Amino acid sequence: MDLSFSAEDIAFRDEVRAFIKDSYPPHLNGKIEEGEELSKEDFLSWHKVLAQKGWIAPAWPVQYGGTGWTSVQRYIWSEETARADAIRLMPFGLSMVGPVIYTFGTQEQKDRFLPGILSGDVWWCQGYSEPGAGSDLANLRTKAERFTGDDGKEYYRVNGQKTWTTMAQHADWGFFLVRTNPTAKAQEGISFLLIDMKSPGITVRPIITLGGEHEVNEVWLEDVIVPVDQRIYEENKGWTCAKFLLAHERTGIAGVAASKRGVERIKTIARSELDEGEQLIQNPFFKRKIAELEVDLSALEFTELRTLAGESSGKGPGPESSLLKIKGTEIQQRITELALEAAGHYGAPYFRGFGEGDNEHPIGPDYTHRTAPTYFNMRKTSIYGGSNEIQRNIIAKMVLGL
Amino acid sequence: MDFNTTDEQTMLRDTVARYLADTYSFDNRMKTVHGDVAGGAGWNPAVWKAFAEELGILGAPFAEAHGGLGGGAVENMIVMEEIGRALVIEPYLPTVVIAGGALKATGGDLADAVIPEIIAGTAVIAFAYAEPQGRYNLADLRTTAKKDGAGYLLSGHKSVVYSAPYATHLLVTARTGGDQRDQDGVSLFLIPADAKGVSRRDYPTVDGSAASEVYFENVAVGAEQRIGGEGTALPLVEQIVDEATAAICAEACGVTRVLHATTLDYAKQRKQFGKAIGDFQVIQHRLVDMFMEVEQAVSITLMATLKLDTAERAAAVSAAKSKVGKACKFVGQNAVQIHGGIGISNELAVGHYFKRSTMIEGQFGSVDHHLRRYERITIG
Repeated sequence: MDLSFSAEDIAFRDEVRAFIKDSYPPHLNGKIEEGEELSKEDFLSWHKVLAQKGWIAPAWPVQYGGTGWTSVQRYIWSEETARADAIRLMPFGLSMVGPVIYTFGTQEQKDRFLPGILSGDVWWCQGYSEPGAGSDLANLRTKAERFTGDDGKEYYRVNGQKTWTTMAQHADWGFFLVRTNPTAKAQEGISFLLIDMKSPGITVRPIITLGGEHEVNEVWLEDVIVPVDQRIYEENKGWTCAKFLLAHERTGIAGVAASKRGVERIKTIARSELDEGEQLIQNPFFKRKIAELEVDLSALEFTELRTLAGESSGKGPGPESSLLKIKGTEIQQRITELALEAAGHYGAPYFRGFGEGDNEHPIGPDYTHRTAPTYFNMRKTSIYGGSNEIQRNIIAKMVLGL
Repeated sequence: MDFNTTDEQTMLRDTVARYLADTYSFDNRMKTVHGDVAGGAGWNPAVWKAFAEELGILGAPFAEAHGGLGGGAVENMIVMEEIGRALVIEPYLPTVVIAGGALKATGGDLADAVIPEIIAGTAVIAFAYAEPQGRYNLADLRTTAKKDGAGYLLSGHKSVVYSAPYATHLLVTARTGGDQRDQDGVSLFLIPADAKGVSRRDYPTVDGSAASEVYFENVAVGAEQRIGGEGTALPLVEQIVDEATAAICAEACGVTRVLHATTLDYAKQRKQFGKAIGDFQVIQHRLVDMFMEVEQAVSITLMATLKLDTAERAAAVSAAKSKVGKACKFVGQNAVQIHGGIGISNELAVGHYFKRSTMIEGQFGSVDHHLRRYERITIG
């Protein structure tokens, strides 16, 4: 057992730190810190820098474009990017469909889809959730009927509706769970399809969330034609891909590095804000909350490190990752609660962010602008990716055997 | 002991509830919030007119001699709870409860002149008390009112003044003496919103209202515009803020009742894994906990309201606000959580109730602020 970094790890950390300092796009500075809504271009400009450097997919196997980093190096990477307030990359290509494609796809599918994910040229979205399904993911109604086209090739005709489709307004491609066998049991008869979002019959409608953001969408599919070679893995076995993807989604979901940065940011706010003429951070109640947050975050961090160590010794992410999801999202939400609390009266003004040609200065200190919208927005974390109630069910059943 | 309302109070509740149910739909409210209502930016003047003329509720807590209904804190509680239920954004709180409360407490010519205007709906008053550095300390004031002949020259910056963009008057706290956080030296003024030297920066708030940063630059204020004694107004300010705090606790009761009822309804209808989510014990227990939070909030709000005129006022209000603040958070967060994704969409009312409950948590002092105040008063 050893908690310290080796000399190589420290050298790696210094290299990473220097690279971020020199290469992070300057126009993105401050955007994360103030909780601003990010544009597609914002995401892509950082993505492209990393793709150029070959550091875009640390979690992937080297043969498919991964970095070959050890789990410690990956940990250092996420620490350093969070420390620098760098934009977190969209997970849909890199963390979700990418690993599904290199694990379950054919060679032709790997050749066709992986390069665009790495380069950032193709923006992906996830078509899992449906109205009326939510965390009961297998209860999906979007159906794909197989037919032979006039050209003699095999196709699916897809009809249905997806919802909560994050960033679909920017997406070039989407990965969808569809029902290919309506008579089978819920989890059998599902297939995993890759669909070109420009296909005729696809309509994307925005859903505006509580903070005023346009992050999620409804996606309607009406007689969308999808070639069979865009199905990953076997027909009716899509649930295998779905489960694999969900487990991967949950490991990154703890967000420890970003939360550490979030705690630091709260301390900065609490040093600037005054309470009875003293720094808010000296208020014993507030100080206690920060301390409790830090303690809980340490426990989460070492739980994640144990999980990572288990993974690198060959175990895949198991149902334990539900713990990381639950505790990670609870901590993320507490951070936004404390930031809003620290903002005091200035949590109330609604400031959307700097729009095109909008140079009006926001109300109150910079760190207060988006505290309330961010707090509202982060309520999603205990709902998405399988709600925290569902995660507790998973632990109860899979870990405790209840 | 009698917790029943009088016939008049019951009628007041029914009148307000019926009017709001008939006219103040969520869609109409959102039109007002977005400024799509004639003559209004962040409020609906027609609703205010109806409050004054059709319902007569703007006179609820005032003496009959002023043209009011002769009520008091309980009447405010009743109206504010209905305001919470319908998510009303019109300024009953600053105009009737706060400014009206200050005028009522001091009486005199200014009260005789302005209270009838409040009741008639022609005086709309915003409460400019918070400052960027002051947090929840009512005495932490950099705004000054310097003696100038018989009157004063008012200068300073007030932050997040709800309802200021459309107010006819501003109720302003300022220092006529003492150092920044001294108990002595605080005075209270009622000035026209368009007085020379007043400037504003208006903006929407996250909970659907309109507010301003208000700046005063050597605004000439007559001695007759002062409410209460010179330099001795802090106890009055604390009293009206306590009354306002009890009132938003009542508003929170309305807000959290709706959050709970809507969520309960949803849990009975929404199916997952082949049954209503309300069939799952984890959801049942959560709804029970929410229910208990709401009921306790209602109880402690009633306690505080009934103690507003007693020596226990400050401790009772701080007890209520800390308890209600926790209820706002617990009920609001769980309402969204149980609704799932649609709970965080801007289209459904539940999210807007959650936003209001969240803002109430911080208004007139956070849970921590009020627990500390409670400790100071009761434990020492």
